[in-house]
Amino acid sequence: MKTEIKLFENGKRIDGRKPDELRNIKIMAGVLHRAEGSCYLEWGGNKVMVAVYGPREAIPRHTQNPLRAIVNARYNMAAFSVDERKRPGPDRRSREISKVISEALENVILVEKFPRASIDVNIEVLDAEAGTRCAGLTAAAVALVDAGIPMKDIPVACAAGKIDNQIVLDLGKDEDNYGHADLPIAISPRTGEILLLQMDGHLTQEEFDRAFDLAIKGCHIISDIQKKAILEKYQSDSGGI
Amino acid sequence: MHQDKREIVIPSQFLGEIKNKKAGKGTFVENGKIYSEILGVLNSNSNYINVISLKGRYDPAEKDFVIGIVSEAMPSSWLVDINAAYPALLHVNEVPWDIEFGETERYLNKGDSIMAKVLQVDQEKKLQITLKDHNLYKIKGGYIFDVEPSKVPRIIGKKGSMISLLKKYTKCRIFVGQNGRIWIDGDEDGIKKVIDTINMIEDESLSYGLTNKVEELLKKDTKEVH
Repeated sequence: MKTEIKLFENGKRIDGRKPDELRNIKIMAGVLHRAEGSCYLEWGGNKVMVAVYGPREAIPRHTQNPLRAIVNARYNMAAFSVDERKRPGPDRRSREISKVISEALENVILVEKFPRASIDVNIEVLDAEAGTRCAGLTAAAVALVDAGIPMKDIPVACAAGKIDNQIVLDLGKDEDNYGHADLPIAISPRTGEILLLQMDGHLTQEEFDRAFDLAIKGCHIISDIQKKAILEKYQSDSGGI
Repeated sequence: MHQDKREIVIPSQFLGEIKNKKAGKGTFVENGKIYSEILGVLNSNSNYINVISLKGRYDPAEKDFVIGIVSEAMPSSWLVDINAAYPALLHVNEVPWDIEFGETERYLNKGDSIMAKVLQVDQEKKLQITLKDHNLYKIKGGYIFDVEPSKVPRIIGKKGSMISLLKKYTKCRIFVGQNGRIWIDGDEDGIKKVIDTINMIEDESLSYGLTNKVEELLKKDTKEVH
């Protein structure tokens, strides 16, 4: 299979992007009325909806922490989000992603302000096309801001990878399936701290460094889109007069 | 930014140096720099840089007057939802009635609304409220609706100017809880007018000179009726 598909030709990728080009990203904040905060994000073919509830008293009680709030992110893929119907419900993969996203968000939310509480972040992937964990985390960050939850920073995630011995930014579906490596990263853009870093496949040290720098560059571009989306929602909301 | 609008800031936005101004509400300091921690409106007229939140739960403070809805009656206390992150406890000792053990349900039951005062907020954010103060009682009749808790100061206005305007022109009885719940009692038209006006105040809470604008609006409305 690998040899049949040319993922990288004449300096262009299979979907016509340059090596350091992102897919189209569209972010809308505050789209749901019942949730305290929400966000809808389209990233290439990915469609993600995030709803935030809380802070509210954590249930069951033994999960409460008397000193800080707990962050419950729940990543879920819709049955219709992939080519072949996905069996609904949490599986090994979605539980892992829920865990890493929860931990990434815990590091930027000011959890000490809400002892005994829980902040629930529901991430629903409606349509998947590689890079849903980055899309989910990016959308979750916007939804948390929309919910008015105090945070030190607005986290942002982006992936880089290797296809046909070429380091590229933001892998698409075929690039992810038939490429050599995938490196999703989440950072806190103000300080540059790393909140999440995973790697799938193999990269040499030198390749890793290049992919890492590229992904961080991508994160900063997406961070600007996030901030613009939030300001757009609230500046227009406030009367427009 | 604009002259007639307040500036909106988002978390992690740089607001100023600690040398020049003090960090107030809704901000945090890192390496001598002040950043916003919430989505809110910038207010840096005084010595402090404050960010007033646009959204989010009610942050309870002692001596605040709130409107609560009873969510559970227990043998010697009630749990009351006051729109904060945590349910508030109302003990039988903190109500003006004499209640036998286990008879709490005869006085307040699930779903009842009360006007209450926040008695205590401890370090673990355990909340206690009381009904033992003047003007605190169980709500009978009227209409309750919710607004963003952060907009309450605007609805009340400077020294209650906005709320007294509303009372004057609509002849309704209004009680604004600090937790963003508003109780209105009066005739049907009056209630409708109050709700419309408050929704307008909420929408335009960022502009200046709102009290005058509201007064003009209410004046116009009353003329049309007569």
